[in-house]
Amino acid sequence: MSIQTIYTWTLIALVVLASTAGDTLSAQAMQKIGDFGELRRRIGIRGVVVAVFRSPRFLLAVAFMAVSFFTLMMALSWADVSLVVPATSALTFLTNAFSARIFLYEHVDRRRWIAAMFVAAGVALLSK
Amino acid sequence: MTSRKYLVLALIVVFASSGNTLLSVGMRHGPDQKQGVSVHHLGQLILSFANPWVICGTLLLIGFLTMYMTALSWADLTYVLPATSLGYVAVALIGRFVLKEHITPLRWAGIALITVGVGFVTRGRSHTPQKERMEEAERRSQ
Repeated sequence: MSIQTIYTWTLIALVVLASTAGDTLSAQAMQKIGDFGELRRRIGIRGVVVAVFRSPRFLLAVAFMAVSFFTLMMALSWADVSLVVPATSALTFLTNAFSARIFLYEHVDRRRWIAAMFVAAGVALLSK
Repeated sequence: MTSRKYLVLALIVVFASSGNTLLSVGMRHGPDQKQGVSVHHLGQLILSFANPWVICGTLLLIGFLTMYMTALSWADLTYVLPATSLGYVAVALIGRFVLKEHITPLRWAGIALITVGVGFVTRGRSHTPQKERMEEAERRSQ
């Protein structure tokens, strides 16, 4: 395996990890804040915005999303877009399913696993 | 799921696909078209923020983030992500019917797989109740 291949897949792995961490943390933050619709009726839109921006998990999620974005830019400047975009998108669907099961205690049943795999395969094919 | 919640999911798809398309157009038609916009030309990258396409794309992506967070406040991550992946299909169909791009049979297969995946997940429940999450957490700690 060449150095270029190792470097490319390391960057892809970093994009996937940062993106999964961002998605998981933002989902955790939103779960903790609660349904925006109900919250808006109680404390108004301004209150919802304040609640979101006061959440440390949300701010950490934004930081991870930024890391994911800049790592993706690095990967794109190093490897072909036709490899990087489908690989990162498809793998993120699967890692998010694992992460949601482990960290968010979501009930990921067979239906959701199959959906995640269909979408991941579809995204990979779409970029061919 | 109420019709209002389906509307939020649809807006995620619309904002993400249109925002990314506008950003892509703006980045390709930067202030200096010969040089283009990339991380290697940071000056061009900063100038691109004055580009109307980039401004509109950024506003749409802020709209996307708002709708995405709203959806995550009442639905599971493993529901929202596949349910909103129709954006990939929307971009491919815009490419085919608006920009007259060629779509290979493999891409049509990809569109079909995503559509089936979305149909599959949206027929299930959208949210894991808090009680179930706590039971699962307790079960694991034992």
